[in-house]
Amino acid sequence: MTEQSNSSWALVFVAWLVAALATAGALFFSEIMGYAPCVLCWYQRIFMFPLVVILALGLFPFDPKVTRYALPLVAVGLAVAGYHLLLTAGLIPERMSPCVQGIPCSKVQVEWFGFLTIPFLSFLSFIAISGLLIAAHFHTPK
Amino acid sequence: MKQKNIFVAAVIMLVVVFVLAASFYKRQQSEHAAQLVQQNQVALNRAHAPTVGNPDAPVHIVEFFDPACGTCAQFYPMVKQLMANYPGKIRVSMRYAPFHPGSDQVVKVIEAARKQGQFKQAVEALFASQETWVINHTAQFDRIWGPLSGLGLQMEQLKADMHSPEVGQLIQQDLADAKTMNVTMTPEFFVNGQPLPKFGFDELKKLVDEAVAKANKP
Repeated sequence: MTEQSNSSWALVFVAWLVAALATAGALFFSEIMGYAPCVLCWYQRIFMFPLVVILALGLFPFDPKVTRYALPLVAVGLAVAGYHLLLTAGLIPERMSPCVQGIPCSKVQVEWFGFLTIPFLSFLSFIAISGLLIAAHFHTPK
Repeated sequence: MKQKNIFVAAVIMLVVVFVLAASFYKRQQSEHAAQLVQQNQVALNRAHAPTVGNPDAPVHIVEFFDPACGTCAQFYPMVKQLMANYPGKIRVSMRYAPFHPGSDQVVKVIEAARKQGQFKQAVEALFASQETWVINHTAQFDRIWGPLSGLGLQMEQLKADMHSPEVGQLIQQDLADAKTMNVTMTPEFFVNGQPLPKFGFDELKKLVDEAVAKANKP
């Protein structure tokens, strides 16, 4: 394996690791701590969970094209996470929120160190994964 | 090969950390719950709660229940069997936790039926016919009268009682106590003031078995 494809493997691997951590974290919140995920959280989960499988498949054997299949998922997830983040920050008024029933998405259930909320963690994960995958994409020898 | 090892190591690490964190969290939660129960024995053991079984029984089960809750209906005969296994050893206090929409009205009817000495009969009739009056997890108040018709209740009296402030207050108190005890799902059981370590009939039976064995010791 060339050095270049070695380092792009590492980038995809780290992206997989971030997705796996985010998935494990999301499952911990809902299954262990018993927080019911709101509607927007479910959409972010829909675009995060498959990344764990797709990126892992792209690692063995290493297939640089995996970024092509993963990035669209990441982009949609990132958009939902960004919207959710603006909602919890109060920058989008609550009446625009699609959650009329059940758990309101604007309610903050966890806040660590005064700024780290679940939507923020999700947003950071999507940002990190997209950065890593874009880097891997341009790193791959054509 | 090296890459495969890194990947496998990462997967194992993630799983191990998840399992350890989960068991740590669960243990903390159950310690917290035990503490909460210790501090709130008054909220748990209200004298107003309808109680079945021998009043001097050494084992006291407090059950928070919702007549519209499917699992409560499934547990009812199992708890009854448990009482039959240890005659005279168990009494059960029933606390109202009407969490389903519309269920608060049904609970009022049960409480009014209790005034006519028909608490147990009303609960049993409603549990037995639950699927006819709970539709889409919502209690349909109009549909409970069929199942209750066999009890020979004095309807005029019942309707007056169910709207009495006394009945309303009792249910409010039960709901407030449920909140204090952190009861968010039904049924929830406490055996001699102890919560179940984990929800399940086996867990309930184990606590009861232990409490009976303890009471039988001289």
